[in-house]
Amino acid sequence: MNAPVKQAPAKAPQSFPKPEFTGAEAGMQTFPSSTSRSYNYFKPQKMRATVYEDVTIDVQPDPERHLSQGWLYGFAKSPGGYPQDWTVLKSGNWHAFLDPNEEWEQTIYRNNSNIVRQIELNLQNAKEAGAYAHWSPTWIRFVADNVGAWMHAEHGLGMHVFVSAQRSAPTNMINNAVCVNSVHRLRFAQDLALYNLDLSESIEAFDGKAHKDVWKSSPFWQGVRENVERLTAIGDWAEAIFATNVVFEPLVGVLFRSDLLMQIAARNGDYITPTLIGAGENDYNRDLRYTRALFSLLANDAEYGEANRAVMQSWLDKWVPVSRHAAVELQPIWSQPSERTITFAESFAAATADFNTLIADFGLTSPKEK
Amino acid sequence: MSRQSLSKAHEKITELSWEPTFATPATRFGTDYKFDKSPKKDPLKQILRSYFPMEEEKDNRVFGAMDGAIRGNMFRQVQERWMEWQKLFLSIIPFPEISAARAMPLAIDAVPNPQIHNGLAVQMIDEVRHSTIQMNLKRLYMNHYIDPAGFDITEKGFANNYAGTIGRQFGEGFITGDAITAANVYLTLVAETAFTNTLFVAMPSEAAANGDYLLPTVFHSVQSDESRHISNGYSILLMALADEDNRQLLERDLRYAWWNNHCVVDAAIGTFIEYGTKDRRKDRDSYAEMWRRWIYDDYYRSYLMPLEKYGLVIPHDLVEEAWDRIYNKHYVHRVAQFFATGWPVNYWRIDAMTDKDFEWFEHKYPGWYDQFGAWWEAYSRLAYPGKNKPIAFENVGYEYPHRCWTCMVPALIREDLVVEKVDNQWRTYCSETCYWTDAVAFRPEYQGRETPSMGRLTGDREWETLHHGRDLADIISDLGYVRDDGKTLIPQPHLDLSDPKKLWTLDDVRGIEFGSPNVTLNNMTESEREAFASSYRSNPNRTPSTAKV
Repeated sequence: MNAPVKQAPAKAPQSFPKPEFTGAEAGMQTFPSSTSRSYNYFKPQKMRATVYEDVTIDVQPDPERHLSQGWLYGFAKSPGGYPQDWTVLKSGNWHAFLDPNEEWEQTIYRNNSNIVRQIELNLQNAKEAGAYAHWSPTWIRFVADNVGAWMHAEHGLGMHVFVSAQRSAPTNMINNAVCVNSVHRLRFAQDLALYNLDLSESIEAFDGKAHKDVWKSSPFWQGVRENVERLTAIGDWAEAIFATNVVFEPLVGVLFRSDLLMQIAARNGDYITPTLIGAGENDYNRDLRYTRALFSLLANDAEYGEANRAVMQSWLDKWVPVSRHAAVELQPIWSQPSERTITFAESFAAATADFNTLIADFGLTSPKEK
Repeated sequence: MSRQSLSKAHEKITELSWEPTFATPATRFGTDYKFDKSPKKDPLKQILRSYFPMEEEKDNRVFGAMDGAIRGNMFRQVQERWMEWQKLFLSIIPFPEISAARAMPLAIDAVPNPQIHNGLAVQMIDEVRHSTIQMNLKRLYMNHYIDPAGFDITEKGFANNYAGTIGRQFGEGFITGDAITAANVYLTLVAETAFTNTLFVAMPSEAAANGDYLLPTVFHSVQSDESRHISNGYSILLMALADEDNRQLLERDLRYAWWNNHCVVDAAIGTFIEYGTKDRRKDRDSYAEMWRRWIYDDYYRSYLMPLEKYGLVIPHDLVEEAWDRIYNKHYVHRVAQFFATGWPVNYWRIDAMTDKDFEWFEHKYPGWYDQFGAWWEAYSRLAYPGKNKPIAFENVGYEYPHRCWTCMVPALIREDLVVEKVDNQWRTYCSETCYWTDAVAFRPEYQGRETPSMGRLTGDREWETLHHGRDLADIISDLGYVRDDGKTLIPQPHLDLSDPKKLWTLDDVRGIEFGSPNVTLNNMTESEREAFASSYRSNPNRTPSTAKV
């Protein structure tokens, strides 16, 4: 005898929400504010607000604008929110800063996706074309040691200068720009690390671990490492950005990337490294645009400009020697490649010239070399 | 990228960090937690080379849907009731999102684990994505929905409104005080792991039922990033559990974070889902049913309870109490009633519940009509200007509630009211746990141990204090909740825009004095205060069905 078949309990038919024509579209009726179709609580820079302005301004509230009940949580011994005294610089209107790159969701992902795609294609093509076969042993070692060491600088600054600083500025516009700067750095550091991995797999003689020792103990790189570590230790967010993007980057970063690698790689049979380094330079140029806009605004502030320039000048006095020292300590690597097409003096002169132009925009002067 | 190459790539990028010898990163955000003994735990692996194209693809889908919604004229079939509540929700949510980005340095400062730092840095840029994509969604609503008023003042409204402030403390809770309390326990372990389920999954499904398929498109795209964030939080939790000294703090913070998230998120999202919908099918889940599924079963039973095996004490009592408040004590309904009571100082419109709504509420929450039915009928009767004041200023048997000092939602479950003098001020709290949060947890000492990093509750926490004794018309005008003719209010207690006579103006609310319950409380004598508290707790605040206005 068969066991009775267990009947599943009857299930009520599933119901679905019913679409309904409501006529709730713009323009169906005329009434007060029926055409008020722009955010009206800030004044756009031009006649009409950009998407960037719309999605960025006032998202981080400010007691000096519309915030009426003050910050609702405080730190144990200091106010919460975004205190203006987290930097010694002052502004008559922090909200005047708008990121010239107009970074928001779409620009961030389009820009960085384009870069990683470009890099991946270059590396894939290089492998297929056997591009590394012509590298000399000297150049292989140069890339393993020095391009390898640089990844640490990018990562350290990305993680401990820019990620940290994006918590601290008084407006959303500044913090978002700094935040994007941090992911550029972190992405570029990873680009270099993965390049290093690719080279380890493609070139037998390539020492993919060498970069760690070089960064930690090569005398040529200790000045750079010291500079980077000291930058991460700065508590004042504006000083950290200034000392990194206005001082370290031109005097050390651009010196190494543009004024050395980009000049010599091709002559050493390497047309791949410059494509990666070029991406890093592109990032920096993008980040320099917001940096220049921010510090120009502060240097020319009607009320605090003079005092701000004095502070920035003191930061130059403090940080330029550190970065010059880092640059000079790097000098011996200019002699490492077989093909030496540029001298350290030439590279450093080019980097210094760009640096002087940059700080002149802020009304500042370079400290005298001691 | 293949799994194998992803593992190799991830291993490679772990080489990027190093132990500094010249100087160590500035520690600007303190914590009382210790991680010296912690083994390093890895969160989900994430490489920026694959991350950016993945997110770009997600964005393309979102923007494609937005384009489609405009071309297909989605707004022809969205429910105004639903869209009006989006004026509040979308004014709030971009701030907690961006606050989550700003919270990442707190956690990075506190946790010595480079792999977690990487995960947190990716989370940081995710959160910028979320904040700006949500602002952009709202911009689209403003451009295409019939009534843009309220969307057009969005971030100003958020910053000066009593309801915006409730949401603001949610975001501020991520970025202030003890770094682990804020950026790990409150933000990640509770807000993201538990409550994004109702925020970003349950609510979008209700949006779709109301003709709005853009909210689900955007918020499901947002939610798809959350699993990585949850993984970051869990890794930090496991590291914290390695040190016995952290348990006391973890238990404190889980109680605070759970309860505050319940008070704030359930108040807001519960209201949006239950009172923003026109979908009254009996077999569609109520907020309580969604909560039972997403929070009680998926979070509490599957995530929190297993932590007991690590010896952690889970706040079972508070989970059960939250459920009791939602299902038996009508928490969400009381909040919605309060928002509707306060309609003149909103920047969105709230229409009255109808017979169809009543039937659904009674079906889902037995006893609902007895408590709220007559009040909503009165709300409907008082919807138009001319013969009456706004409902808050008419006698419908509803006593305006006192604000909870901690969660800032009013003390709506009246029998649970706590009145205490804290920091030389008489304060009211919605519950014992909110009182404990202010008086015990957010202090420099906890159960005999020093907690110097713990944050403080600050600010003018009772919104009404700012406007005490002022004329309602002046308050609304100063807040900016007036339409572009200079007199018609943005908020209205109905959805009918067709007849100018039905629209309330400043003139209709002039001459009404606004009062602060907290100011009044502090002016009472001892015996007056005791009598007030007793009367408050015993008043069911139920509008008599015979009330005629």
